[in-house]
Amino acid sequence: MPADYLVRRIAVFFIIVWAGATINFFMPRMAPVNPIRERLLQALSFGGAGKTDMEAVVATYEARFGLDQPLWKQYVRYLGDVAQLDFGVSIAYFPSKASDIILRALPWTLGLLTVATLIAFALGTLLGALLAWPKSPAVLHYLSAPLLALSAIPYYLLGLVLVFALGFTLRLFPLGGGFTLGTLPSPTFAFAMDVLYHSIVPGLSIVLSSVGFWALSMRGMMVTVQGEDYVNYAEARGLKSRDVFFRYALRNALLPQTTSLALAMGYVVSGAVLVEVVFAYPGVGTVLYRAIQTFDYFVIYGVVVMVILAIALVTLVLDIVYPLLDPRIAYKR
Amino acid sequence: MNRASLAAMVRNHPQLVAGLAVVFVVVAFGPVGSLFVDTDLSRVGSAPANLTPTVDHLLGTDAAGRDLLAVMVAGTPLTLWVGFVAGVVGLGIGTILGFVAGYFGGWIDTVIRGAADVLMTIPGLLFLVVLATSLHTTVTVNMMALVVASLAWMIPTRTIRSQVLSMREAGYVQVARLSGLGDLEIIARELLPNLLPYLAASFVSAVGAAVLASIGLEALGLGPQNEPTLGMTIYWALYYTSLLRSVWWWWAPPMVIIVLIFVGLFLVSMGLDRIANPRMWKATS
Repeated sequence: MPADYLVRRIAVFFIIVWAGATINFFMPRMAPVNPIRERLLQALSFGGAGKTDMEAVVATYEARFGLDQPLWKQYVRYLGDVAQLDFGVSIAYFPSKASDIILRALPWTLGLLTVATLIAFALGTLLGALLAWPKSPAVLHYLSAPLLALSAIPYYLLGLVLVFALGFTLRLFPLGGGFTLGTLPSPTFAFAMDVLYHSIVPGLSIVLSSVGFWALSMRGMMVTVQGEDYVNYAEARGLKSRDVFFRYALRNALLPQTTSLALAMGYVVSGAVLVEVVFAYPGVGTVLYRAIQTFDYFVIYGVVVMVILAIALVTLVLDIVYPLLDPRIAYKR
Repeated sequence: MNRASLAAMVRNHPQLVAGLAVVFVVVAFGPVGSLFVDTDLSRVGSAPANLTPTVDHLLGTDAAGRDLLAVMVAGTPLTLWVGFVAGVVGLGIGTILGFVAGYFGGWIDTVIRGAADVLMTIPGLLFLVVLATSLHTTVTVNMMALVVASLAWMIPTRTIRSQVLSMREAGYVQVARLSGLGDLEIIARELLPNLLPYLAASFVSAVGAAVLASIGLEALGLGPQNEPTLGMTIYWALYYTSLLRSVWWWWAPPMVIIVLIFVGLFLVSMGLDRIANPRMWKATS
């Protein structure tokens, strides 16, 4: 892999994280009233202090955290904090650090999301490939229509229906949460099974509503690839259509599909955040939902930066792995 | 259009026709419904709270005393409006940027493409959460539409840029350039008409994405608190745990309408895609 490709790609990673952090920094400060200041005043007013006292407290707070400094100094300081994953203190769960709350929730989200996305990606890719193969059984074509329709439905709405059908009506699965209430997270087999059991319905709603998307894009790639010269040549050589399909067409169509995986991460994560809200799953989506309810700004902004960081990392890894799969990519640019 | 050509249209583009029919039903639901249902009943406290469906209140009422049928009739056009405005704004910005980037190229192309790529990596919902929480005022439906539109331009920009890029060197464009047409004339007379199917398809996807984003924001509680949009209805239904209380007439109707919107738009965009990329679909179907 050429070094300049690697350097350029890592630079893009930093640009993405920087852009996300910068949006986070400037947007609240462009608002007519600084929402964070308002929220602090409001939180302090529960203490029963007078207005002037509160102003004094907020002023002290601002001096302590450098909010009375010029904007560019604040900005530089903020970027330094982000680099250390320090997002300030939660207002609602004072004195917990925002980063601690988020880091506790992150494994839940990453676990659910990675497994569900990989399953959906594998199933959808296979289905899409078979849809474009003239010899695949007709049953598949009937199966594909409802799956495509499901892909038009947002993850979390499908989640609602599944909770109602499987959890509430049939009582097969829990209604929400990441594990049975009252149990403590522990590294035992029983707890792992409990976590798995709780993740089936949320995972299913992500898988069912994204399989169709992968199938559709894979089908498109297969159709394009089947018109390529090397596929015609393989056919002309008299190879079995099975071999042509799996060895020549499918393997080449898989490559662009991997790129869409990197591009779709943002979309998938947005959907998964809402799935967590529906299922009260203990991941960052639920943390974000609670933080919005309580106007816990430091946690909100922390979640945003952390998720952008996670996605930027995933796409970075995918983009670095990708030229190893397809050497043409790195040299073309 | 006479009967024979209508039949031919249905036969040749079944998805497009089915999708348009579904979209039409959803669009007509609001105006037609308001002839039969008093939309004032969608206000808080206009009826007794927590009624099960009866003849007077066909879909019952919610915990704040809103008649849910009236909420649906009043809310469906609001949600569609958010999607429509955001789709128009997003496609408008996307078309301009896509043309500028694709036609003129150079550093301006690098900047536009870079901005679109970076913003596409950031999960749209989170960007909108930051924007919506920063506003810190009562959100209106139109503000909601503009908030959502701020992220609706990237995908149109990318698709249109790549189309313009491939058309720029086409024979008919070079002929036009040799016969002395200016850049703007070439864009307006040669490129734009050829892009119409793409623009239509992009518009449909942009509206769908905008509706999706607005409902997502509303479900998180960041929508217009005083308006009965479909997403806000879902938010209140979740907020008052209607699912666990088996109050299906609260969460199911907005969901059915949302699903109809998405399935309708999805069918339309599939149908348009067949018109825009005929080669792609002939291969297997």
